[in-house]
Amino acid sequence: MEPLLAVRDLRKTFPRGGGLFAQDSQGARFTAVAGVSFDVSRGETFAIVGESGCGKTTLARMLLRLIEPDGGAIQFQNRDLLALRGRELRSERRRMQMVFQDPFASLNPRMRVGEIVAEPLAIHERALSTRQRLARATAILERVGLNRDALGRYPHEFSGGQRQRIGIARALILQPGLIVADEPVSALDVSVGAQVLLLLQELQREFALTYIFISHSLPVVAQLATRIAVMRAGQFVETGPAEEILGQPKNPYTRELLAAVPELPRA
Amino acid sequence: MELPTGAGWVRPVSEVSARINAGESLGLVGESGSGKTMLSLALMGLLPPGARVRGEATLAFESTAIQLTGLAERDWCDVRGGKIAMIFQEPMTSLNPVLRIGAQIEEAIRAHPPQRNSGEVKRKAIDSLRLAAIPEPEIRAEQFPHQLSGGLRQRAMIAMALSAGPRLLIADEPTTALDVTVQKQILDLLDRLRRELKLGLLFITHDLAVVAEVADRVAVMYAGRIVEEGPAHEVLAKPRHPYTQGLLKASPTRKRGALTPIPGTAPQLAALPPGCAFEPRCELRREECTAAVPALRVIDPAHAARCILV
Repeated sequence: MEPLLAVRDLRKTFPRGGGLFAQDSQGARFTAVAGVSFDVSRGETFAIVGESGCGKTTLARMLLRLIEPDGGAIQFQNRDLLALRGRELRSERRRMQMVFQDPFASLNPRMRVGEIVAEPLAIHERALSTRQRLARATAILERVGLNRDALGRYPHEFSGGQRQRIGIARALILQPGLIVADEPVSALDVSVGAQVLLLLQELQREFALTYIFISHSLPVVAQLATRIAVMRAGQFVETGPAEEILGQPKNPYTRELLAAVPELPRA
Repeated sequence: MELPTGAGWVRPVSEVSARINAGESLGLVGESGSGKTMLSLALMGLLPPGARVRGEATLAFESTAIQLTGLAERDWCDVRGGKIAMIFQEPMTSLNPVLRIGAQIEEAIRAHPPQRNSGEVKRKAIDSLRLAAIPEPEIRAEQFPHQLSGGLRQRAMIAMALSAGPRLLIADEPTTALDVTVQKQILDLLDRLRRELKLGLLFITHDLAVVAEVADRVAVMYAGRIVEEGPAHEVLAKPRHPYTQGLLKASPTRKRGALTPIPGTAPQLAALPPGCAFEPRCELRREECTAAVPALRVIDPAHAARCILV
């Protein structure tokens, strides 16, 4: 089967020690992503795990072209994503949406929840009337577990878990095929984080979603992933089916990561 | 402990009793809003203005016993940092970015008796860095916080906290911002230090698996109250309070598919239910649960839970 997303030798460097007074791009560059390749099939959950600074967030953002790669190729639904411009890029982008880590920073505090969730429709489905947009927003909010009186309220009136549900609703309203979720539960309490993980699982089945799930936490990734890539210093050190990575890791760094995870005692 | 708010007085910490022996580690577990941080701030005399505290807290060591409740601000200066020290979640925001690491530790040493000359203060600061297992302490002392990794910064915080020889160390989510491999090193360090220095350690966290690694005993807080307390292994392996049970089932482990969330969210402090605060989310609730706040029931001499089903 054709992969939904095919990434080849993706690379990104940033100027090191830049800033206001830096000399013009003469200095050394920091390599955030150093040649990463992978395929993601429809309906799977591909998890990218690594510690801070390994390049996982830069990689995630490049997949949506929120950061422009230095080199490499991204094929999404058999189209060369990096060659697309303007309207074509916009129309592909609506098929891929992102859920962010911080539900406090990723929602505009001055917009009502209804406007936040319906805004993607205002950009991508301009033919819809205001009433149609609101109906879509209401439906998707209800699906993620918020009732319709959320529409007129502001983000600060909601708890962290509810805000993350709002972020998920905003990502889903365009009916994308691919969701890139960057640490979607790490800012949440344990009991609420579990609710959000289960919701993501249900939504995947219901809407035939493909997930790219970025996380620093192997236990969190273990709940959802079909395949896991372990990332270190800009590269994948090991990629494989989730059970293999968690059960019989081959790479020493993967083993080190697994060994450092604190374990609950068995009853 | 009570705080004034726009909606009247709320009680972030209620009827909390606990005991930490020298060299012992108590893990205080709770989610946001459970009161765990307020409790630790009360023990440090760092409460927000207008807070009311009742009850008592005693710090006893050698032949001294200090009553912490009702301590005058002048006397707090000796206790805070001197006898009780605290480390926080984010070492970068707790360190002064424009002061060298060594100078910040020296400041903490000078703030507490005995008086030392500047050579002794410098040596003591280096010793503290060495105690926190910081490699090349002389070099690190001359560096600024941004030159250190997250793990080294947290070690520098630990060095500062230990520099005046406290008897109780409060660690508030000290590894939450760190990578797992670094977390393990910091947990091992804290474990070694409290045994070697006979420190009481109050370890605050939301992570049950972390508590399993560091704590001798565990107290679980919910909506301001301790709902279960006992030996760490027993509480985590055979939890008796439905909230502790729920929290364990909601904690991700390396095994997949075993995750069961707790429905709903924690109650607002200004609108607590009349009975058990967990009752609205509890699968085992009965009618009696709404009548009154359940008492702590003793399961065995070391293990208790605040639930009528116990």
